[in-house]
Amino acid sequence: MRSDKFTGMRSELKKIVDKVISGKRIDAEAGLVLFKDADLLTLGELANSMRKRLHPERLVTFIVDRNINYTNICVNKCRFCAFYREADSPEAYLLSKDEIFRKIEETLEQGGTQILMQGGVHPDLGIAYFEDLFSSIKSRFTIQIHSLSPAEISFIAKLADLSIMDTLKRLKRSGLDSIPGGGAEILVDRVRKKVSPNKIRWRQWAEVMKTAHRLGMPTTATMMFGSLETRKEIVEHLVRLRDIQDETGGFTAFIPWTYQPGNTELGGRSATAVEYLKTLALSRIVLDNFQNIQASWVTQGAKIAQVALEFGANDFGSTMIEENVVAAAGITFRMTRQEIVHLIRDAGYVAAQRDTRYNILKREDVKLESECAARS
Amino acid sequence: MHQPQQLTTKEEMSFKQIKEKAFSNKRLTRKDGIELFKSTDLLELGRMATHVAQKKNGNRVYFVRNMHINPTNICINRCKFCAFSRSKGEPGAYEMSIDDILLKARGAEKGVREFHIVSGLHPDLPFEWYLDMLRALKKEFPKVHLKAFTAVEIDYLAKLSGLGVTDTLKKLRNAGLGSLPGGGAEIFSSAVRNTLCAEKITGDRWLEVIETAHRIGLRSNATMLYGHIETYEHRVDHLLRLRDLQDRTGGFQAFIPLSFHSQNTEIKKSAYTTGFDDLKTLAVSRLLLDNFDHIKAYWVMLGEKIAQVSLNFGVDDLDGTVVEERITKAAGGTTDGSMTKEDIIYLIKQAGRTPVERDTVYNEIKVWR
Repeated sequence: MRSDKFTGMRSELKKIVDKVISGKRIDAEAGLVLFKDADLLTLGELANSMRKRLHPERLVTFIVDRNINYTNICVNKCRFCAFYREADSPEAYLLSKDEIFRKIEETLEQGGTQILMQGGVHPDLGIAYFEDLFSSIKSRFTIQIHSLSPAEISFIAKLADLSIMDTLKRLKRSGLDSIPGGGAEILVDRVRKKVSPNKIRWRQWAEVMKTAHRLGMPTTATMMFGSLETRKEIVEHLVRLRDIQDETGGFTAFIPWTYQPGNTELGGRSATAVEYLKTLALSRIVLDNFQNIQASWVTQGAKIAQVALEFGANDFGSTMIEENVVAAAGITFRMTRQEIVHLIRDAGYVAAQRDTRYNILKREDVKLESECAARS
Repeated sequence: MHQPQQLTTKEEMSFKQIKEKAFSNKRLTRKDGIELFKSTDLLELGRMATHVAQKKNGNRVYFVRNMHINPTNICINRCKFCAFSRSKGEPGAYEMSIDDILLKARGAEKGVREFHIVSGLHPDLPFEWYLDMLRALKKEFPKVHLKAFTAVEIDYLAKLSGLGVTDTLKKLRNAGLGSLPGGGAEIFSSAVRNTLCAEKITGDRWLEVIETAHRIGLRSNATMLYGHIETYEHRVDHLLRLRDLQDRTGGFQAFIPLSFHSQNTEIKKSAYTTGFDDLKTLAVSRLLLDNFDHIKAYWVMLGEKIAQVSLNFGVDDLDGTVVEERITKAAGGTTDGSMTKEDIIYLIKQAGRTPVERDTVYNEIKVWR
């Protein structure tokens, strides 16, 4: 990178920029300065240089999977959420095992390798329900079960009066492979008390993740921003994740997305595209011990998700054969595998399908036939 | 369309040379333009384009409070890329009377400064009707600027009037026409035009009509429809022909690349252009069109998100609040077709730029610091 690009910057910012360019870790204070004072392109350039260091092979990955929201009944009733229903609502549902099996069959037919099962936090579903569900899935299908966010796991532990460790051991034994990073929102309790007062606090979220990592279960981490948090709290979130990762190394990826205000109690505006790209870039810069950063086409749409590849993202997330939670807030972007591959190539990268642990399953070096036809 | 690829060392060298030219404010060549389009180094393109945009307009980003009026979708040209046009009598065809147009105009928000009026080429309406429409609008809204008729429509009206382009334009101006929008340019290359819109006037004719307008003191914009069947060479050719004309007349105000939406059209293609292509096209346009003051992101087509990000890729104008737009919507455009003034100001500020409300000819109305 040409560092003369940054001449004229005030010296405090310049020092931080130089530090990032030389591959050194920056602390929370420096992260905040960068976030507040660096322009969009500078953040992009720093994130991009870091991404190139971590992924010199110019590969952008994606996974074929399906979100299965087994229930929308939830005791937490977060104010930012448009998906949950009360148990007695006419729209409340709990999927039957047969419905879940059918969804898994469809996923496998489309080349899927993973299911992401998340619900609401249903008041009546105990550990036995999930043990039975997971083991019956595993006895029928070869598929990764990447399921239950920390909020659900904490609740299951509480219901069963078990420790997080014992709960996770039992769930793992029955077939749970890895854990999605949802429900992190902002890992600062001031914000959590306001946007999700009934949900677990940040320490409990961290405890579930650390315990899973100790048991050899990989997890992702997320961040939902653009609601009530300050920039300082976003940086705090990132630093807390970095600390956990230093300790365990168990996070496979980080996925920031924006709060979607449609149909929610909290309301308000959503973060703009510029804020999304800046936050994504800052995440890539601060999370120097995370190998992968995902773009969120579900909240940003295909265009910005593609542009995100220049702002630190190296993964396009999932084809998401089904998605319900963001859709409940009125946002419905859809993407096919073919579209994802096309966007990755158009940005000058090689597309590759991966599995949950980021093993490469299939490189898409050759043009899809249908794509040739479409572009000729 | 080109499949972008990794640059070889030789290409990297020439990219570096182009960059030096851009930063030292030298004019770029046809070869430079093609090289830039082939590049996937989006952030570098953003840097270069921002350099040029800042030099021309500082931190300012303009918008106008306007209303789009599309009096009819009945069109004797049936361009393949268009989802808007209908033949007379076809289901979905509509035409507004002058009273309908006035009624619609009365629905505009207070403070509207521009009516943007474009239509299909209607087979039956006489030239007088267009003069009457302008007069009626001007009479009721004397302060609102009438930006109306693409070069394609002007060519058609000249045929209707039998007066030739110059006198037709003069008559329209006397009736209230303030300036011309930039539509109908599509891609100038006749090879592309023959496939895309064989019945439409040629690229040469488009440029001739616009040059005539500039000569009599009417200003205009310019557009380019991209993301269909054209190559990067066609795009660069289009841009350079606009640059040549601007060298001669100086009559262009803004350049507006229009991203192709394929839904409900006869061109089979992925539904939208990519974010990379949108930003690249805006940035390269900023770099090649060194004699244009403004590059406009038309958010109705691009979506608000890319339009906002483009303010860091050479764009200094977000067009308008655009109440009621029907042409992009017909092709599956995803925005709901209107933004409030507050929405636009918010987007501009969040992008780190200074919002400036302007009128059609770029007089500053208000600056939000």
